[in-house]
Amino acid sequence: MAIVAQHTKFSKIAWPVLAWVVALIFFFPIAYMVLTSFKTDADAVKPEFLFSFTPTLENYANMTDNYDYWRFARNSVITSVFATIFTLVVAIPCSYAMAFNPSRGTKDILMWMLSTKMLPAAAVLYPMIFMTKAAGLYDTHFLIVMVLSLINLPIAIWMLFTYFKDIPKDIIEAGQMDGLNTWGEVREILIPLAWGGIASTALLVFIFCWNEAYWTVRLTTTEAATLSKLIEGNRAPEGLFFGRLSAVSTAAVGPIVVLGWFCQKQLVQGLTFGAVK
Amino acid sequence: MGQIKLNQVTKSFGDVEVIPPLDLTIEDGEFAVFVGPSGCGKSTLLRLIAGLEDCTSGDIVIDDENVTQVPPSKRGLAMVFQSYALYPHMSVRKNIAFPLRMEKMDQAEIDKKVEAAATSLNLMDYLDRKPGQLSGGQRQRVAIGRAIVRNPSAFLFDEPLSNLDAALRVGMRMEILELHAKLQTTMIYVTHDQVEAMTMADKIVVLQAGVIEQVGSPLELYRKPRNLFVAGFIGSPKMNLIGGDIAKQHGAETIGIRPEHIDVVASGGMWEGTVGVSEHLGSDTFMHVHVDGIEDSLTVRSIGDIAVKHGDKVQLTPRADEIHKFGADGLRIE
Repeated sequence: MAIVAQHTKFSKIAWPVLAWVVALIFFFPIAYMVLTSFKTDADAVKPEFLFSFTPTLENYANMTDNYDYWRFARNSVITSVFATIFTLVVAIPCSYAMAFNPSRGTKDILMWMLSTKMLPAAAVLYPMIFMTKAAGLYDTHFLIVMVLSLINLPIAIWMLFTYFKDIPKDIIEAGQMDGLNTWGEVREILIPLAWGGIASTALLVFIFCWNEAYWTVRLTTTEAATLSKLIEGNRAPEGLFFGRLSAVSTAAVGPIVVLGWFCQKQLVQGLTFGAVK
Repeated sequence: MGQIKLNQVTKSFGDVEVIPPLDLTIEDGEFAVFVGPSGCGKSTLLRLIAGLEDCTSGDIVIDDENVTQVPPSKRGLAMVFQSYALYPHMSVRKNIAFPLRMEKMDQAEIDKKVEAAATSLNLMDYLDRKPGQLSGGQRQRVAIGRAIVRNPSAFLFDEPLSNLDAALRVGMRMEILELHAKLQTTMIYVTHDQVEAMTMADKIVVLQAGVIEQVGSPLELYRKPRNLFVAGFIGSPKMNLIGGDIAKQHGAETIGIRPEHIDVVASGGMWEGTVGVSEHLGSDTFMHVHVDGIEDSLTVRSIGDIAVKHGDKVQLTPRADEIHKFGADGLRIE
């Protein structure tokens, strides 16, 4: 008994300590970035000023005055919101069909969708640039919305499929007997019952869209450029503008961190793919 | 009206034929029970009638209208599921009102019908609860309420009582029968429980491996089982089936005699046997008797409490006019 008691006492202290250490390691770069954003470029490169420095808002003022932060932010909001909506509009019926009317190929289709995530993006970078330029789509909101949607569709379909699978088929069939057509089933039964799952999927897709950098940086110049592009634009090889870069980065990740903070519960549920209820 | 006809209906899942060509007519107002062991295709047959599965071939005709290609919602049938299949996000009131709302019925009319259904099913106190807050029996009542408000041409019940405990099951059985007596609407009821089938049905359809073994009233099936399968399936305790020389003496491959048709006599019985296990129910006594020359022990049912114990010798005589004879093909010999 004594050994068991000691063991639980140890676990009660050791695990939280370990968790805090890991959390701090993860959090350190973010904290460093936020701190640096309040330093002058000169102070930013001096390690001895890690915590002791005179805070300044100069970087933030500079950002809105010289770089038109709000335009990039607006583009981020527009592309992420529309990409999330479009992803759900395609993914909900798609997952519905696979969850409730599976065919022999359903599992293969799901695996194939996931396999597209394994394709190295760089492999199709140049074809994408040439094609979108030829089609006159380069640097347009439409293109970015489409690209973000396509990147996130597999994960959205997988998540929704898992949630929909949990809904008993009898309930859908009862709806059919009671007079529902397919659209009615989705509207009256599927969406209300899977609301939590749809919300966490939407949230996750939105975060992925907001954070996407590979394609948004390479397929835009000014018109449809998102916050990722603004960060990229402030990267100087000499490393002299750390303060400014940190301010831009903080302003870029700020909204999404706040959003994530408020929706923690939904996010954890979403990331565990419905495994935790 | 609610006459349902199946003409040469078949169903295959991939290469597996679960229902070979099948004909069946259920008359308007009839209480028909599909009964059979699990996997016999009885639920599939019900789902074909409901439209939840498509027929591979053949026609389903409801009131002279061919509905084979008609979606479930347009067939005018209501279904009660084993799992109740209530909408968990809606209150009892909204669950019962749902099919009417789908018909775009006037709200005042809906309220009236829901209240009437809830009153007859003793659900008035629960109208604003969610299904999750109800007991199994109450949930099944809500499911029935949702079915009756539609005024369907037929009710389909898919093992509706299997999730309830034994006492509740008997009570709900009576409620469904009373509902049938009141509404006089066609009902098709699927169960694996032959007692349920015997007590409820006007017409029993016995199925095995997707094939109809016999159709008839409960007593027809009890008195004249068409083949060995029906003989063994209908009746509780099961009919004693005896082969070998004893059957040959009666000019059959197998003879069947129900436990209640074997009399225990003081002397001069046809068979002498040794009592094994006996079950004393008070009203009846079931004895399992070993008789030389009969492979399985015979089940004998006697009225009242008979004072027998393990190892006692008894004399048995089957009633001659209650012996069922079956040929080598398993079919009844008259």
